[in-house]
Amino acid sequence: MDATEIGLWGVPLAILGGAIRVSTPFIFVSLGEAITERSGRINLGLEGTLVFGAMTAYAVAVMTDSPWLGLLAAAVAGLCFGLFHGWICKFPKVNDIAIGIALMLFGSGLAFFFGKPFIKPKAPNLPAIPFGAWSDVPQVQAALDVNVLFLIGAALSLVLWWAFRNTRAGLIVRVVGDSSDAARAMGLNPNTVRLVATGVGGALAGIGGAYLSLYYPGSWTERISSGQGLMAVALVIFARWNPLGCFAAALLFGGAGALGPALQSVGVTQGYYLFYAAPYILTLIIMIATSSPTRSLAGAPGELSITK
Amino acid sequence: MSAITGKAVGVETIGMTMRFGAFTALGDVSIKVPAGSFHALLGENGAGKSTLVKCMMGFYHPTAGDILVDGREVAIASPRDASALGLGMVYQHFTLVPSLTGAENLVISREKVPGVIDWRKERGDLAVFMDRMPFKLPLDVKVAELAAGEKQKLEIIKQLYLGRSFLVLDEPTSVLTPGEAQEVLGLVRDMTKAGDLTVLMISHKFHEVTAFADDVSVLRKGRLTGTGRVVDLDRKAMAAMMIGDQPIAALDSRAEPKPDAEIVLKVKALKAPDRTGLKSIRIDDLGVRSGEIVGIAGISGNGQKEFLEVLAGQRPRDAGEVMVRGTAYAATRAEARALNVRLIPEEPLKNACAPKMTVAENISFRTFDIDSNGKPVSWISAGAIRAFSARLVEQFKVKTASLASPIASLSGGNVQRAVLARELTGEVDLLIVSNPCFGLDFSAVAEIRARIMKARNAGAAVLLMSEDLDELLELSDRIFVMSDGALVYETPIAQASVQTIGEHMAGHH
Repeated sequence: MDATEIGLWGVPLAILGGAIRVSTPFIFVSLGEAITERSGRINLGLEGTLVFGAMTAYAVAVMTDSPWLGLLAAAVAGLCFGLFHGWICKFPKVNDIAIGIALMLFGSGLAFFFGKPFIKPKAPNLPAIPFGAWSDVPQVQAALDVNVLFLIGAALSLVLWWAFRNTRAGLIVRVVGDSSDAARAMGLNPNTVRLVATGVGGALAGIGGAYLSLYYPGSWTERISSGQGLMAVALVIFARWNPLGCFAAALLFGGAGALGPALQSVGVTQGYYLFYAAPYILTLIIMIATSSPTRSLAGAPGELSITK
Repeated sequence: MSAITGKAVGVETIGMTMRFGAFTALGDVSIKVPAGSFHALLGENGAGKSTLVKCMMGFYHPTAGDILVDGREVAIASPRDASALGLGMVYQHFTLVPSLTGAENLVISREKVPGVIDWRKERGDLAVFMDRMPFKLPLDVKVAELAAGEKQKLEIIKQLYLGRSFLVLDEPTSVLTPGEAQEVLGLVRDMTKAGDLTVLMISHKFHEVTAFADDVSVLRKGRLTGTGRVVDLDRKAMAAMMIGDQPIAALDSRAEPKPDAEIVLKVKALKAPDRTGLKSIRIDDLGVRSGEIVGIAGISGNGQKEFLEVLAGQRPRDAGEVMVRGTAYAATRAEARALNVRLIPEEPLKNACAPKMTVAENISFRTFDIDSNGKPVSWISAGAIRAFSARLVEQFKVKTASLASPIASLSGGNVQRAVLARELTGEVDLLIVSNPCFGLDFSAVAEIRARIMKARNAGAAVLLMSEDLDELLELSDRIFVMSDGALVYETPIAQASVQTIGEHMAGHH
């Protein structure tokens, strides 16, 4: 069978498959950013962390022949980037957004520098689970070939959603994010909590990067990220800092990202490049639709520098 | 789980001294708060009240002096030490986390919180605890959705939940309605009488001190200027201890109101969205005549701020009209200049100044681009700005190191004096004022109120929004109450009763 046989049904199917495939890095980066922002800080450097994570994962996987070690290395690299951001931001009069932009460029630059020798070799991929094996339609099989990281990401968003309400750590992050004064009055050190939250956020972004280079698209190039790290920040705001919302929004963005290739696969030859821009247009529309000149965002952590 | 210990502790300071460099914030202060008593601490801003309690709570390490708890000398090196001894503080600014529910706030503030919180058990424990509390509160809604009075009660409950039996209350009623203030202080008073609690209350309000406190201590410039039983002291004696012999500006006697004077400000069927965008404010009909002060009372967050923003041109309106002397008024610079409309918003440093620009520049904001004939100038003269502002600084007694200092370096009272100087110079037909004395000390308050009264007597129509009912009762000719975005009650000053106004503020009608 080929694409024309299932006809236009291929489009929603490809979008579903694409949503699952493309959304995974969004899920990890946005969950990481959600943790960081809930603690009252913004880390715009996650784009750089993502690229550096992708490079680290690929390089380590090539050298050790294990994608899991690559994943671990990416998480550690992300953790370091996050801790670095958190450490700089603890100094007075340091702006977290400016540091984030600096780290974004630094991370990408460093990744290109170290990543040059790894553009050629082939690394082993992260495994996927063929949920579509019951069907003999190849499009269905392709769409339901789900990577384990997607499942971990889905589980993680549930766990985080639960943890923000039901664990000491979750409540502490929310306290620090909403009111530094209240946190200090409780004997908490906001800087320490934010340092840890930014570190964890960085580690998750690193894992998101590992997915890019080790599964989809599955190779290391300098153009591996197309701004996922930055869009994830917009996505967190859209999701109102709610982990479940982050997951849903990531799926939506992933689906939008899959629109272009899906249309191309059913034979739309004109203007599909326009649909490649769908995620960016979606970002813009969402930012405009959810903003208002007269009221502040509902649910925004009170200590966040963009909502103050 | 912690609970009321059922036993209040007494606290005593001996020779407390706190120096910051060469500056003595607190000099040799000894006060005694026996167990189960309600002690008031009076003093102006900067008198050292908060320095004293911060030393007691372990935030500061005093240069000299000792603290006794229940007669035993203790070392309090950190807030943690203070709480271990049962000492707690309720801050003027709420320390509850707005996006957490009451229950979450209580549980997370505990010393020991389990890694995973068993909400079923915690809720059960909280219900048992709340049964023994004098206040009833919803613990399952976000703190942000509670009224100010409920937040204040929750702050107190939090301290009791944490097992504190000596509480410092820092101006606990500044955000409450008179009714709420009575209720909260009354309940706290009952707990001290029952021997469950000892209270040290920082306050500015004499009537609260006389109504609730057993003893009072007064600080001025870091020194203890008086202490004694409240029953033995009258307000005059307390005021004398508080401000010493410095002169206090007297209020101009009120010129006779003219009921048929021209209506300067007329607001009709005004509608505008409020801060959340979910509700709107509606002002059906409001007129302010020349030579009168119309006060608007209300608990913060009932639309006063939005109403002021509409009048100031900071907020778009959905419908209705604002007329000044019969002309439609949209708060443009040209209109404000032509109609002599002046504005003193709350938090003047934030809302009426450019904090990093100089005192001279800030004072000249209304006049820097016109010459003495009111014609636009093409070159701005720094010399003229300096001369103009030097004159006003002198006239309004603004204390500043220099005209070229950034206005943010001035104290709150002096920022407000500078703004008054700018707004009250020249002809004023309409003056819109909001919370002009918030956070200012005694003498600044008296002076600023006197200036407003003077403007009224000179024929200005004054619209005064304030959360301080005493201020409104002192200045206004008529008082409106704003509740839930609308003016719900009007009374001439002669018939005004705090009780009735308070009930309308609370929305009980």
